[in-house]
Amino acid sequence: MANWTRACATGDIEPEDLIRFDHGTRTFAIYRSPADEYFCTDGLCTHEQVHLADGLVMDYIIECPKHNGQFDYRTGAPERSPVCEALNTYPVKVEGEDVFIDIG
Amino acid sequence: MPTDLQFRDYSLTGPNAGRGFAANDWYTTPIPRKRLKELMRRSDRPALINYGLWLGLVFAFGTLLVAAWGTWWALPAAMVYGVLYGSGGDSRWHECGHGTVFRTRWLNEAFYHLTAFMALRNPYLWRWSHARHHTDTVVVGRDPEIAFPRPPSLRDWLLNLLYIRAILTELSKMLCLGAGRLTEDQKSFLPASEHAKTFLASRIQLGILIAVASISGALQSWLPLMLIGLPTFYGSWLHHVLATTQHAGLAEDIPDHRLNSRTVYLNPLFRFIYSNMNYHIEHHMYPMVPFYRLPDLHEEIRADCPPPYPSLWACYRELVPAILRQQTDPGHYIRRPLPDGAGQTPDHERPRFMAAE
Repeated sequence: MANWTRACATGDIEPEDLIRFDHGTRTFAIYRSPADEYFCTDGLCTHEQVHLADGLVMDYIIECPKHNGQFDYRTGAPERSPVCEALNTYPVKVEGEDVFIDIG
Repeated sequence: MPTDLQFRDYSLTGPNAGRGFAANDWYTTPIPRKRLKELMRRSDRPALINYGLWLGLVFAFGTLLVAAWGTWWALPAAMVYGVLYGSGGDSRWHECGHGTVFRTRWLNEAFYHLTAFMALRNPYLWRWSHARHHTDTVVVGRDPEIAFPRPPSLRDWLLNLLYIRAILTELSKMLCLGAGRLTEDQKSFLPASEHAKTFLASRIQLGILIAVASISGALQSWLPLMLIGLPTFYGSWLHHVLATTQHAGLAEDIPDHRLNSRTVYLNPLFRFIYSNMNYHIEHHMYPMVPFYRLPDLHEEIRADCPPPYPSLWACYRELVPAILRQQTDPGHYIRRPLPDGAGQTPDHERPRFMAAE
């Protein structure tokens, strides 16, 4: 069953960028792609638990700020070592100017 | 002086091999996100200009070496070619290892593997070793790349100034990895999923070296080896002279790159050879920033950092006495002064991860 939670406003994230969203004890990364799509993954890198929100978005890639490991933030798939383990991804919907994520 | 610093065990599986600092423990000078994004942004253009110029010079001086072979002119040609190949190649290997040089990913990977061979480094083992070095910079029992354990070996240091020991170590690693063997320390940071690729890379590198040596033998000439393989030995000295300034003699076990790393001003030629790694505090604090933006990053954070060394000479004038003193006083290290108003070092100098605690 979906559990939609408002994460931010669409304008809170610049195109080709991301922000951090903390909810309870969990932390997420919300992305805005160059094509104005929104995505959500876990907020911490699976390699060394670094916040991805300090990283760099390039097209559909998020690069971890500590070791330059890369993920495809649409699927969570690791794209460059030293990351080997995929990120969890979460459904996102945009209603008006609000971004919602389904965090289960 | 803490007595536990005397003759510490630097191995990654010894008594100091507990956990390192958490990622959030490390000090970073705040930079507005918008500015940081500008600095982190990759571009193929400056990267291609730099790497194209470097590769062009390697080919030009390689051609000169071939043309001058058999005359005394081969000596200066080899000296320049060796430095471009060995020292210039090593710094470019490092940059491509971070993946920050080119926006186009395959260019990063292609240059990474080319320069890893030129530096005689295993591309997979070193990628993981270097990731750990950035996680736990100069943290004893965690960082596999501490080049100056206390007390430092003067013999090793002098041998390494001519890159002799380091290269022999890399060759020995290549042989062991080619034979499918890893040390316990290497296993501690290299995941099992990378083992096969690591072994294969060493075998390929060994195969190339053997092929070049065979051609040299068949031609009864050292020239092929002088062009491929040996330049790493006779040309990496400059890289080592410059890289010694990175962390030697500075604090251990402190989550603040301003105190365990150095920024040293160098002339443009050395900066070109060394890919701006003289901005080493900046590189460690923000490893996402490509080498061609490090001078800008330096300006952004310099008010929060110890004063940069004005020259290589100034740096060595401080570094050499410290290394010598550590021979008899391993607890001694250089305390870098933070400017007034600089951000506080987290928890100061308390090593919080010692296995004995």
